[in-house]
Amino acid sequence: MSMRRTVATWTTAVLAAATLASCAESERDDSGSGGGGDDGTFVFGAAGAPEMFDPFYATDGETFRVTRQMFEGLLGVEPGSAEVVPELATEWTPNEDGTEWTFTLRDDVTFHDGEPFNAEAVCYNFERMFDQNDAGQVAGEYWGYVMGAFSNDAESSLYQGCEATDEFEAVISISGPTSGFPTMLTLESLSMQSPKALEEGDANGIAAEGEGFSFPDYANAPVGTGPFSFGEYDEANGSITLERNDDYWGETAKVSEIVFRVIPDESTRRQELEAGSINGYDLPNPVDWAALEEDGNTVEVRDAFNILYLGLNPEANPQLEDLRVRKAIYHALNREQLVQTQLPEGAEVATQFMPSTVSGYNTSLEPYAYDPDEAKRLLAEAGAEGMTLNFAYPTEVTRPYMPDPQKIYEALRTDLEAVGINVKVSTAAWNGGYLDNVSGEPGKYDAYILGWTGDYDSAYNFIGTFFGNLKDNDFGTDVMPWGKQLADDLKAADAIVDEDERGAAFEEINQQIMEEYLPGLPISHSPPALVVGPGVEGLIPSPLTAEEFDTVTVSGE
Amino acid sequence: MLRFVVRRLLQMAGVLLVLSLLVFVWLRSLPGGPVSALLGERQTEERREALQAALGLDQPLPIQYVRFMQRAFEGDFGVSTQVLPGEDALDIFLARLPATIELSFFALVIAIALGIPLGYVAARRKGTPMDTSLVISSLVGVAVPVFFTAFLLKYFFAVEWNLLPVSGRQSIGLDATRVTGLFVLDGILTREWDAAWDALKHLVLPSLALATIPFAVVFRITRASVLDVLDEDYVRTAEAKGLTARVIRARHVLRNAMLPVVTTIGLQVGALLSGAVLTETVFSWRGVGQALAEGFLQKDYPVLQVLIMAAAAIYVLVNLLVDITYALIDPRIRTR
Amino acid sequence: MTSENPPPQPGRTSYADRRKQRLDALAATSVDDEGGVSLILSAWRRLRRNPVFLVGLAITVTFVVLAIIAPWLAPYDPAARPLLDDIRPQSNPVPGPEPGHPLGGDDKGRDLLSRLLVGSQQTLMVGVLATLFGLLGGVTLGTIAGAFAGWTDSLVMRIVDVMLSIPSLLLAFTIAALASSPSQWTLIIAIATVQVPIFARLLRGSMLGQRASDHVLAARSLGVKPHAIVFRHMLPNALGPVIVQATLVLAVAIIDAAALSFLGLGNPDDRRPEWGQMLGAAQPYLGQEPHLAFYPAACIIVVALGFTLMGESLREALDPKTRR
Repeated sequence: MSMRRTVATWTTAVLAAATLASCAESERDDSGSGGGGDDGTFVFGAAGAPEMFDPFYATDGETFRVTRQMFEGLLGVEPGSAEVVPELATEWTPNEDGTEWTFTLRDDVTFHDGEPFNAEAVCYNFERMFDQNDAGQVAGEYWGYVMGAFSNDAESSLYQGCEATDEFEAVISISGPTSGFPTMLTLESLSMQSPKALEEGDANGIAAEGEGFSFPDYANAPVGTGPFSFGEYDEANGSITLERNDDYWGETAKVSEIVFRVIPDESTRRQELEAGSINGYDLPNPVDWAALEEDGNTVEVRDAFNILYLGLNPEANPQLEDLRVRKAIYHALNREQLVQTQLPEGAEVATQFMPSTVSGYNTSLEPYAYDPDEAKRLLAEAGAEGMTLNFAYPTEVTRPYMPDPQKIYEALRTDLEAVGINVKVSTAAWNGGYLDNVSGEPGKYDAYILGWTGDYDSAYNFIGTFFGNLKDNDFGTDVMPWGKQLADDLKAADAIVDEDERGAAFEEINQQIMEEYLPGLPISHSPPALVVGPGVEGLIPSPLTAEEFDTVTVSGE
Repeated sequence: MLRFVVRRLLQMAGVLLVLSLLVFVWLRSLPGGPVSALLGERQTEERREALQAALGLDQPLPIQYVRFMQRAFEGDFGVSTQVLPGEDALDIFLARLPATIELSFFALVIAIALGIPLGYVAARRKGTPMDTSLVISSLVGVAVPVFFTAFLLKYFFAVEWNLLPVSGRQSIGLDATRVTGLFVLDGILTREWDAAWDALKHLVLPSLALATIPFAVVFRITRASVLDVLDEDYVRTAEAKGLTARVIRARHVLRNAMLPVVTTIGLQVGALLSGAVLTETVFSWRGVGQALAEGFLQKDYPVLQVLIMAAAAIYVLVNLLVDITYALIDPRIRTR
Repeated sequence: MTSENPPPQPGRTSYADRRKQRLDALAATSVDDEGGVSLILSAWRRLRRNPVFLVGLAITVTFVVLAIIAPWLAPYDPAARPLLDDIRPQSNPVPGPEPGHPLGGDDKGRDLLSRLLVGSQQTLMVGVLATLFGLLGGVTLGTIAGAFAGWTDSLVMRIVDVMLSIPSLLLAFTIAALASSPSQWTLIIAIATVQVPIFARLLRGSMLGQRASDHVLAARSLGVKPHAIVFRHMLPNALGPVIVQATLVLAVAIIDAAALSFLGLGNPDDRRPEWGQMLGAAQPYLGQEPHLAFYPAACIIVVALGFTLMGESLREALDPKTRR
């Protein structure tokens, strides 16, 4: 390149830069630097970016973790447990048949935008959630899941209406009693949002566009009642800032600011914590727990509110229709060893399809013993020696109940092979066909690893989800003679109004499931952990993985 | 020259059109889909079908493709389902692009700044232990997976010695003004020197990690090319004429050896794009590569379509630019 | 001896692809009839004195021998889990060395040394099969293109050019992701596919050179049937550079297999270990137990180095430029 051309090139570049510079002014706000208020900033390493900020349409934990700090529901959960406690409603009472619920509301609450919180706001919210367009009905997944239907199919909906009977008293009618109501009002998706902001941001203006949904403005400018309000989402740098709500009705938050930093890679989150640039992250690798503690961090182990099970599908393999075969498989599994060697400390062998903290848990059930000889005997008796099992596990996923699916799979497979069962290895990515193969009708795998984390404290949320839908469940119970009976029993138990009676009914069903039906094999409950760095105090781990950060304090480096 | 460029541009458009069909069909023939990503454990046959119908994924592929092309011609490439739900896929690409450009640029600068001099030195001292050790170390760089290199870099420079940040593009709370999306440049343009310095510090480790493979390639090509040139008659003639080593180096060897190196650098854009997927993920770098990785994991079809097509277009375009540069450097091509 | 191929020209119609040029240059080294045997002999004479080649050869031979005898060498079955009960997820996630287990175990309680040893077998198999399949595909395409000039040639070469223009790892990733469930075979096929265009271009260039050579012209004028010319005269003489390239591809294949395994596209069944798979599985333990990643990574590097050193010296020995 000639000298002249070089000079010309550089001149052009400098000129271009100068032009850009002349129109690039610093837009820094001099009054308050970004350092947050005076009480410090709590920086949390998130594994993924939030989907949006309107919890009603949200579906994943990373989104809920952010919105939970800004929003509250009528009912809340006692920090550190799954127990339902008052939040925006102070009291709630059902009528006799459990179809009308009267909620007494707090009278000292305002939304972040200054709007008052009252019975009208409550009913506005419920009507807003109920009245969704076509796209909204699919995107408003949690409502669909707990309420069953939307306004265009009002009769099938659990929700029947909301009436503001007084300024601070609202009555919600439902189609029939269920164990899920009003507990489901603790769901993050059903939080109370500012009617004015909802209206102005056209919150229900969701539309299907191409293969996705386009969300209205409101989804990025949420207004709630919680201890923190929305600050900003710096997408280019992957950070979300929430600011303390100084007018909070309860005790105001201890830190003036929360920042969520998106750090997709697990080992990077750990390194960020070690370098002191974040104050905590969720689901540390169990392998790291000890080392993290040694370095002065605190690993908070939550109570397990989940279940890992080995699903069996007689539709895919008719040999599994024989109870003896299913029992044989159960006896073949050395779950004690699995829990001790491959799952995080604190994991427990499961005796039924729900954790012990849920009402309806049957304490009299004992775990099936590890007994390979019994397994072989049962297989022989059923004429299923040397049977082949198409056994699958998912890749590209970790869940609180299965930190490492492949490890769990390997352990179970070794056990099965030890009693003479031929295992055909199947695998697929979680979003790459695994769930489709499991939930398809009929499912494609004979046996598969799956689990569930409870949404709220309800037996039906566990076993009802698994077996309550006869036609469309992962266990193929519709080909079993008892399948319909089980589904009916579950629905009947769920509709019992009296809590103790309901609990007893679920206990009985749990016993039946484990002793007579055994549609799948509950394996274990694993405690998910959360880690915070030195100087962080006051974080209360929640079994629902629903931590609220308003009690957290961060002392200087 | 102009005709050449126009013809190549037309060819490129054709290739991209075919590619769009391939990508479309390919994505949808992969097992699974966005529905599993949205529903998780709550997926049942019924809910899956409802969601697929709402997203138009229940239609036959040809109809889906026609719909997609109709929208695409109006400039609508669909909205993201998972990476940033509701956001226009093209906007996501544009928003993520500066981060990737910034990272790739620095990686390339490192690769060139190290690769060319070292390649030259290795060629001049061919067969010496120095040459051998350079060749071996460039090979080790290629053979070690990026996640391993990245882990070590972060471990020593960020965690142990606390010299550089672990990951991310800029420290939080800087309140930096954004102009171009290239954070270092933004800081310079707005004279927010602390922001520029901070962004530069964040750049060092990821660009080093990303540079390993292009470095190895540039190094090896430079070495080979210098060896070729050293053997040419005109260099020998120059030596025979008694020209000083410096003159020979500058006027004959380096200049002639640069031709293949320039081409190679252009081809490295492809390597940078594939390397960015891993590097950006382990360094929490909010670029195109990370969006691509996330899109794959979550089966975000619109985002994947736009990103793959854009990556292909960039790749082809850069190669066109390389060809033009090539023609500019080498007069033989122009006159022919 | 001089090659009959024109020297590679900076491309004007194609992407001015250095990759292509390099391939063409290598293709130009194909063995000609007249000096075939003596050329190979002289190359061997030079190679025998080349320490770089000897080191590469030593590594390669050791690796291959190891892969063959590994099952007898390994103290344990690589799938057995003798150390399982030592594992405690927090306090002892990966059993350390102990008598009988010099390298300790992995996170599933299997003997690490045994897995590394037996792993050489699968690694070699993936490398060799991927190269072989790539070679097969490439040779088929290249033969077609080289044997028939004209539009067949252009068509095949356009396909090859498009394939060459996609970044190789991205292409492999795509192909592996396409399979409904990943296995050893999808891995092999993915890596092989990436190599197909390289071999095809190489062989075609080398065969085009042969076409114009005297002995082919002579055969043609004597009325030898076309397919006989292709298979008896052109192909055997054109294979030299392809074989050189194959040694280099072996290294690339092993490295690519590691990358794909790391991305979760490897073989899910890890009873028979493979180094890339072991490396990918070690990822969660980088912080606490880096040796789990270090051993397989070191093995991969050494073996890849061996193949590369051998291949590069072979190429140099056959290159007419360095020969003169």
